[in-house]
Amino acid sequence: MKITLGAVSKPYSALKMKTGDWGTHWPKVDEELCTGCGTCEMFCPDMCIELVKVGEEEVNGKIKEIKKAKVNYDYCKGCGLCAEVCPTKAIKMELKEIYKV
Amino acid sequence: MVRKVVRGFYAVAYAVKLCKPAVICAYPITPQTEIVENLAAMYANGELGNCRYITAESEFGAASILVGASATGARTFTATCSQGLILMSEVLWNAAGMRLPIVMVIANRALSAPLSIWNDHQDSMAMRDAGVIQVYVENNQEAHDMIPQAYKIAENRSVMLPFMVCMDGYKLTHAYEPVDLLEQETVDNFLPPYDPPIKLTTKDPLTFGCYAPPHCYMEFRVVMQRAMMRAKKVMEDVFKEWAELTGRNWGGLIATDYMDDAEIAVVAMGSVVGLIREVVEEMRKEGKKVGLVKIRSFRPFPTEDLRKVMKDVEKIVVFERAVSFGHEGPVAIDLKSALFGHCNAKVYSFAVGLGGRDIPKDLIRRCINNVIEGKVDEGFHFEGVKEFEEVII
Amino acid sequence: MKFFFSSGHGACPGCSLPIAVKNVLYALEGKCFVVNPTGCLEIISSQYDRSAWGVPYIHSLFENAAAVAAGIEAALKALKREDEGHVVVFAGDGATADIGVGCLSGMFDRNHDVLYICLDNEAYQNTGNQQSGLTPPGSNTTTTPAGKLLPGKVGKKKDMVAFALAHGVPYVATASVAYPTDIRRKVKRAVEFEGSKYIQIHCPCVTGWGINSNETIKVAKLAVETALYPIVEYENGELVRVRKIKERKPVEEYLKIQRRFRHLFKHPKGKEIIEELQRIADENAKRFGLDA
Repeated sequence: MKITLGAVSKPYSALKMKTGDWGTHWPKVDEELCTGCGTCEMFCPDMCIELVKVGEEEVNGKIKEIKKAKVNYDYCKGCGLCAEVCPTKAIKMELKEIYKV
Repeated sequence: MVRKVVRGFYAVAYAVKLCKPAVICAYPITPQTEIVENLAAMYANGELGNCRYITAESEFGAASILVGASATGARTFTATCSQGLILMSEVLWNAAGMRLPIVMVIANRALSAPLSIWNDHQDSMAMRDAGVIQVYVENNQEAHDMIPQAYKIAENRSVMLPFMVCMDGYKLTHAYEPVDLLEQETVDNFLPPYDPPIKLTTKDPLTFGCYAPPHCYMEFRVVMQRAMMRAKKVMEDVFKEWAELTGRNWGGLIATDYMDDAEIAVVAMGSVVGLIREVVEEMRKEGKKVGLVKIRSFRPFPTEDLRKVMKDVEKIVVFERAVSFGHEGPVAIDLKSALFGHCNAKVYSFAVGLGGRDIPKDLIRRCINNVIEGKVDEGFHFEGVKEFEEVII
Repeated sequence: MKFFFSSGHGACPGCSLPIAVKNVLYALEGKCFVVNPTGCLEIISSQYDRSAWGVPYIHSLFENAAAVAAGIEAALKALKREDEGHVVVFAGDGATADIGVGCLSGMFDRNHDVLYICLDNEAYQNTGNQQSGLTPPGSNTTTTPAGKLLPGKVGKKKDMVAFALAHGVPYVATASVAYPTDIRRKVKRAVEFEGSKYIQIHCPCVTGWGINSNETIKVAKLAVETALYPIVEYENGELVRVRKIKERKPVEEYLKIQRRFRHLFKHPKGKEIIEELQRIADENAKRFGLDA
């Protein structure tokens, strides 16, 4: 164990704490319905849903990135806020396998 | 070097200016106020460089402002006493734990109730366990000299602790004394600019003030104790360097007179030491084997030095300026614990001059003589107390 | 790490505090110094060797965040480092309106260049829902419990916006976690002002308020839509903008879905409190012209 001067800590050292096993449910993103608007990313209290590039498309002669929401299950606590705020209902909360009887 | 007759608060303020603090913050309280008034005047006249001088909304606020400033990498200064110090106390414990080398002057004053603006050591004694270095000075030259030394010790990377320079309120702060005022060049050569090993900066975004669960809290207390203990050596070195630089040798963690063959040792801290020294000198002329031990550093406590000088002493007289209610005087408490098993001397402690009560030379002489002549019991006594009747109303 | 606040912190699932924090830090692009007094946010984000912060951060005590921030600001100026970033406080409602109000007044009075953000979850939630000066009337907290005699908190929610305005704070606003883009805009606007800035963000608490973890935003929206939490913005003392409400909802809609207010619907004095809260909402709507 390292004991630092005045208990100072390094940035983002909280990443050592994987909180993905806290919840009973996990969000599943329906990529068909996801428009890549980013609302879920803006609200997620655990910084574990973000937009990632899945491809490109041509709109009015310009190349545009196609983005979809992607969940980081290492940290997701299963609060369900992303599903609640999604304007296209593209996120569903699903019971984790281990909780299924 | 210029010798001038100045008042204590000016001697302190002038030395602070020479140390080039980046942030000074205080709240007025008698008898400290003139220290920061002098600094405020220097600030108003543009004599403090790029330093920021802030009058806070309370001593609690002042100390808190310095926590933020010190963590950001600024050399800081404040002065307070009495109620103001007690109001700061939560912050000082915090600053010590965060290892912030804030330097402050305590113009020692009694605590309420009853309200008293006059001198004793009850205020700084209440901060004994906070992890703050405490040095008591005897006169205004020592106060002046101690400021640059305080920064050098507090900011040493093996120490990194807050530092209290304790000087008696009124008795020193308001006294006119000739003081050799330091030159800027002397201080610049002695004290390097403050360059902390860590600080708040966006270039390296560290998290300060973390909480520690039981699995690691104790280790932080261990390293604080180690830092305090390491400070002893750092202080000795800095004091020596100062003596060589200025020709003024104030001693180490303690300073002694006539202790080589002393049978009776008299122990005290602060301005009363000057008076006691006179009495000791007179008694020596009368053939009494009396010596003087001035405790300069109360935290860290000079355990090893005291064991060394008290080895062959038969009786120890302690003049206290505070009381640990329900026990005895705080200096005697620590002295006895330091000497236990190392010295068989009997310890007699006398609380004198509480709340600014005068301490006449005769009283000092009588206390010591009574101990020599066996007229007084071991343990704790109040001296200089009037006859009174304790009533409800 | 575009939000400068990482996963792995210890907040309850659905906690609104990280939502407010990440959007503030996002708006400032991480160019800031954060001061955070003791409280929920501090305890979930700053355990030793488990920091969620990607910006320089300091926690000192419960009641001194405003003073610590003032000290950082002064030091940055003295050391000629003020270009490094803004000084931002994230403090709870208790730390702001109760125990830290003296230091806050001092900081406002000296007009330090600090953005002070009060994360208002309307009680001491870190220690399990004790009432603060920002707890609304009728709320069932552990120190104002609903009993046979008393209907929860008796008294009112302290008006910290008026407190800031009375100090002449140049930028004062309220916001809600329900509207992160509004938070981002207000933060960017605030830091254009020299001197103190105060933004009070309504942050529902899952455990203290007794709501489901996925209802944080819904509840925050209802507080705004009932006019119990008016969203206002002052620049140099002038009211410059409010969030208009299209069809204002009765306060019952907000109250009935929270455990802290549930007793009001059966307590002998409950009706009186609900009427009082409706009167407060009506006054807010009138005073700030909230009805669209």
